[in-house]
Amino acid sequence: MVYIQKTIIKLVLPLVGGIFLKVGYHTVSTERYPGDLSTGRMLADTIPATFGFGRKATQAEIDRLDIDVRPDGKGLPVGLGIASKGKLIFDTKCVACHGAGGIGGPNGSLVTNKPPNTTGRKEKTIGNYWPYATTVFDYIRRAMPFNAPGSLSNEEVYHLTAYLLTANDIIDDKTVINAQTLPKIEMPARNSFIPDDRKGGPEIR
Amino acid sequence: MKIDKLVEITQQFPKKLSRRKLLSGVATAAVAIIQTAKGQTIQKGIAENAIDDDPTKKFGTPAGELGTRSPFVKSVKKPSDISSRSPLQDFYGIITPSDLHFERHHGGVPAIDPAKHELLIHGLVEKPLIFTLADLKRFPSVSRIAFLECSGNFRGGKENLTPQEICGLTSQSEWTGVKLSTIFREVGVKPNATWFLAEGGDAAVMTRSIPVKKGWDDAIIAYAQNGEPLRPEQGFPVRLFLPGWEGNTSVKWLRRLELSDAPYYTREETSKYTEPIKDGKYRIFSFDMDARSIITFPSYPQKVEKGWIEIRGLAWSGRGKVVKVEVSTDAGKNWQLARLNEPVLDKAHVQFRHLWHWKGEETEILSRVTDETGYTQPTLKQLFEARGREGGYHMNPITAWQIKKDGAVLFKPEV
Repeated sequence: MVYIQKTIIKLVLPLVGGIFLKVGYHTVSTERYPGDLSTGRMLADTIPATFGFGRKATQAEIDRLDIDVRPDGKGLPVGLGIASKGKLIFDTKCVACHGAGGIGGPNGSLVTNKPPNTTGRKEKTIGNYWPYATTVFDYIRRAMPFNAPGSLSNEEVYHLTAYLLTANDIIDDKTVINAQTLPKIEMPARNSFIPDDRKGGPEIR
Repeated sequence: MKIDKLVEITQQFPKKLSRRKLLSGVATAAVAIIQTAKGQTIQKGIAENAIDDDPTKKFGTPAGELGTRSPFVKSVKKPSDISSRSPLQDFYGIITPSDLHFERHHGGVPAIDPAKHELLIHGLVEKPLIFTLADLKRFPSVSRIAFLECSGNFRGGKENLTPQEICGLTSQSEWTGVKLSTIFREVGVKPNATWFLAEGGDAAVMTRSIPVKKGWDDAIIAYAQNGEPLRPEQGFPVRLFLPGWEGNTSVKWLRRLELSDAPYYTREETSKYTEPIKDGKYRIFSFDMDARSIITFPSYPQKVEKGWIEIRGLAWSGRGKVVKVEVSTDAGKNWQLARLNEPVLDKAHVQFRHLWHWKGEETEILSRVTDETGYTQPTLKQLFEARGREGGYHMNPITAWQIKKDGAVLFKPEV
């Protein structure tokens, strides 16, 4: 096979080398072909240090879009939340999809059922499956409620986060949630995850 | 000459006049030239009942602005509330027609004005920049054919399943765009950046954390698919494309990239897209799609006849090239090498085929792929032994089809 390919290249490439270069779309770049293989001539264009395309993002432009929150709390806004206020919001805006008390709604439980449902697959909830509390804040703020995504104020998101953590018995109903306390909450599923250990090769993992 | 003239006549007539009227007395037209609400003249597809016994005896359809599909071709995706599956059993070659590419989204398909859409790149970079679509298109562009597969792409449990239902959340396109590494150089990614967050502009504002290394390796900011701008369902006007990685990481409607020194543990990479392994543990950041193959012909609900059958299917690996596909026609006792149709591309669907002479006996046919890392597609039993029986994402088991004595083909639910 290799021999045949080499022969083809020797015979054909001097004639149609240019065409071969153009159809090399199975490689991501043309860098694999440093130039015209028939003559040894190198590509004349060089990649500049900068193209100068695009415009500089202002801090205001970044702040408008940068809504993510990391487990270390980076990105959490000012504000605070408590469970009792969160329950009021939940019962108005979330209960239709996620069920009373966050259990058994059509779009999935958020709160672990007690006693656990022993028949069928265990339902994954914030209480038994989410490794970081900050993800609760981040996700509610960016995508919820489903019929009005992104409509909640930061304060409302804090309240809802506090409510869902309380309903899952992770914090008590007096705990105030804010940018300092939320990252410190130890979630029950914190140590349930291991990074991908598949590597290809003969082993089935 | 004659054709050109007729087209001109068509265009001079009132726009709502159909070819049927235009050519009345000559023949019955199979295609109508119709006017849309916006005043555009378009060619409407041929209706099945308008097919003629002898198409050589009347003038056909003039050239149109958009091609049409034959009324005899019924290939469609199979939608659910959250996804839509590609009809793998209908595919020829290795390219998925763009309108049959599978869909999976988390907040519906957003309606985006490409003139207003921008991509912000910030975080651990020297120069935070905003690119319009036009800006992105000015950069050196690359194209590559590669598959895209959702990692939640296995269904089983009953016999009457089609390839589309078993694993229709995989498709293949030629993707065109700018290499992310080009953009990384432009913004000056700092050495301490190890991850980046990719964020979509849909109602889910969906986010995934991606190791920076993938961005330097082969990630593409894609704006085109199969020679045309991305379809809205595929991220129009711009998406991330990560060859070989679980589809969810190729974030669509891409609006923001933030370079970071840690992952974000977003909802889609913790609560979702993590899968059980043994001892109550779950695998996280499992990006690579393991090698997989499936026989798409013959498959349920087709029926086969005695004699020669060319068994056909698709094979692929997210870790590189397919090196071989083996086919068994005796329920896995013996395996033969299948032929691979060129091209055999890196991280791409490959077409395989194997000639089989069926004598009418009841049997099972199976395929298994081996990729260039030496990984061979496992059975469902092997996957359960390795990970436990809970299933979940990244299931890529060998698919077996039962061939019944009457030629009926049924999926074989394993284990």
